[in-house]
Amino acid sequence: MDYSGVMLVTSAAIFTIGVAGVLIRRNALIFFMSIELMLNAANLAFASFSYFLNSLDGQVFVFFVMMVAAAEAAVGLGIIIAIFKNRKTVDLYDLRLLQG
Amino acid sequence: MDWFVYGFSALAIASAIMVITRRNPIISALYLCLTLFCLAALFVLLEAYFIAAVQVLVYAGAVMVLFIFVIMLLNLDPEKMIVEYFQTPRMISVISALLLFGFLTFVFWTNNITGERGYDFPVQITQGGGHLKAMSSKLFTTFLLAFEVTSILLLVAIVGAVVLAKRKV
Repeated sequence: MDYSGVMLVTSAAIFTIGVAGVLIRRNALIFFMSIELMLNAANLAFASFSYFLNSLDGQVFVFFVMMVAAAEAAVGLGIIIAIFKNRKTVDLYDLRLLQG
Repeated sequence: MDWFVYGFSALAIASAIMVITRRNPIISALYLCLTLFCLAALFVLLEAYFIAAVQVLVYAGAVMVLFIFVIMLLNLDPEKMIVEYFQTPRMISVISALLLFGFLTFVFWTNNITGERGYDFPVQITQGGGHLKAMSSKLFTTFLLAFEVTSILLLVAIVGAVVLAKRKV
């Protein structure tokens, strides 16, 4: 059964939706969710290539990407909470200046 | 089998679109959860069973709980942005994202998958003791260094998260 095209186009679509979310949203939390979407799209592409090339290496890569994503979510949400305690907002438009 | 692939792909894409268009972050988080479950189903269809289980446990379990805790801790108002969707900078963003999608789709449809083929055929994996055994033997031999470095990364992330959350500001 060859559905490589479908899987890879799904992966491309989800990655693109993640990019669009990062570009159009102002809420830092949804910005983060878009980053998770992009990481998941990359995972789907890895798993597809692993399946079509008959190699488990791609799935090991997916495992590592998931670990990095979990670490990134923990630290990133900690940063969002610190910003919220400091500025009382998570609107990225209000945070575009580096001054405190 | 075909219909499962098309159905879960369509559901994943539709719920991903809902993630970035809802005003309320909690609704976005729930749609993200649906997207992650659909991707877990696609992993099962790609015979990546361990990855599908980890997807449900780590992403749909741990990471989503973290997101929802933070959303409820911050207690935000819904974003007032629907009227701003069709202003020029956002239209430019959407158009450039669509161009990216067109480019990626063009590359995927017009090229065959190249690369070195492996030897992990499904029959051999089943005979050799199952998918988990095959994968962990790779993880603890070829990729052992990367695995250990990942544990250090997780330790750093834990310490960093605690320091960030404790800081007096």
